[in-house]
Amino acid sequence: MAKYLLLKHYRGAPTAVNDVPMDQWTPEEITAHVGYMRDFAARLEGTGEFVDGQALAAEGLWVRYDGEGRPPVTDGPFAETKDLIAGWMVIDVDTQERAVELAGELSAAPGAGGKPIHEWLEVRPFYGVSPTITE
Amino acid sequence: MNEVMLRSLTPGVLGILVRRGADFAAAEDAVQDALVEAVRVWPADPPRDPKGWLVTVAWRKFLDATRADAARRRREDLLDEEPVPGPAPAVDDTLQLYFLCAHPSLTPSSAVALTLRAVGGLTTRQIASAYLVPEATMAQRISRAKRTVAGVRFDQPGDVATVLRVCYLIFNEGYSGDVDLAAEAIRITRQLSATIDHPEVAGLLALMLLHHARRAARTAPDGSLVPLAEQDRARWDTRSIAEGVEILQAALARDRLGEYQAQAAIAALHADAPAAAETDWVQIVEWYDELARLTDSPVVRLNRAVAVGEADGPRAGLAALAALDDALPRHTAVAAYLHERDGDLAMAARLYAEAAHRASNLAERDHLTRQAARLNALLR
Repeated sequence: MAKYLLLKHYRGAPTAVNDVPMDQWTPEEITAHVGYMRDFAARLEGTGEFVDGQALAAEGLWVRYDGEGRPPVTDGPFAETKDLIAGWMVIDVDTQERAVELAGELSAAPGAGGKPIHEWLEVRPFYGVSPTITE
Repeated sequence: MNEVMLRSLTPGVLGILVRRGADFAAAEDAVQDALVEAVRVWPADPPRDPKGWLVTVAWRKFLDATRADAARRRREDLLDEEPVPGPAPAVDDTLQLYFLCAHPSLTPSSAVALTLRAVGGLTTRQIASAYLVPEATMAQRISRAKRTVAGVRFDQPGDVATVLRVCYLIFNEGYSGDVDLAAEAIRITRQLSATIDHPEVAGLLALMLLHHARRAARTAPDGSLVPLAEQDRARWDTRSIAEGVEILQAALARDRLGEYQAQAAIAALHADAPAAAETDWVQIVEWYDELARLTDSPVVRLNRAVAVGEADGPRAGLAALAALDDALPRHTAVAAYLHERDGDLAMAARLYAEAAHRASNLAERDHLTRQAARLNALLR
């Protein structure tokens, strides 16, 4: 098993095919979307492939060391001009093919018009521990 | 063997050890050892006096540990003169534990962790799971807190308000994992109210019971928030409401009003309304006025603006809101709600979307996004 990080809604990546802001959806569409994500996570818990997932707030800071005795540099809360990760999920799967398959499924969460969003997800493997020699 | 019973005995046992002069951190370790021993021994051989048993075993563990330590410092003789372990005295020693755990030298998160551990008797693993942090992280947080209060001596009563704030913090964390922090906060505050006779302790307990009573109705099966007005009141816990109201009335009768009693009074007025439309908003506004006098908190004035909007109409609510800093959490959401009630749907939709962007948790964000979406669908 290997762990993969699925980064959701990575702004700065190509936009989703069905790219409509969520507050322009109908309440039913939002319910369907949230339900899809929840069912997806629940199913992976069932298969033993779910590790963790969290949603991230929209506001963040870029911070940089600015030299001895100086406060760190920040560029303040940012909105649409900077990269933003809306959330992530960690899965633990047998193969990279499975990770890609699941990411594809997650990207198909329904959006406006009940149609899949086709959003881009980034799939990143974790570094694992070095294999133990048992023989 | 009853885990809840064991946990309810923990603070008393710990309090006795501390009063006998044990250092807090060492006493806490000794009590944990005694609890482990109890879990092992009691099923086959239950004691007649569980608390006395725990005190005896914990004191022995403490002496063993201290002796091992003291051997290096040649202090054994002194320890042999300590009082012999015996049954628990009738005096309640738990109060100083509350003061210790809520000591002003601790950060709020450390005070919460230490209270859950020492007064609530939760294991480090349970506290870690409730706060979604690794057990090792929580273990460090707790030992740091114990080191911070290690030298604190209690010769005068601590600040009740600080203890209540810590209990309220625990309550507001809600729950996750296998520990229900809201229920835990109620249990701890119940113990506190049995220990200390103070109208604000009763006020906080009443407030928690009244809020907790609505819990089942506050979320839909899919996890989304259900606002007060739309909650199914048949799902409110009437027993909890009755208990909260009774505790509150007894506290109010003593005529020493404080912020928790005032908040509980507002919660009681909501709990009392058979339907949302029958809510006594005029009286709620009066309680918010009391509360604003007691606390001068901008959050209270924000909530007051909502109540004014219900009692005197949305325009009056917006006027009350205009006097407040719009950087306050939920200020935008309140503005959106009042504009919607005033009929300005486009403005309300825009503000809901903005409020969703600023929301501090996922359920709130989804709820506000849904509100924006609902209005945008109407406007199309």
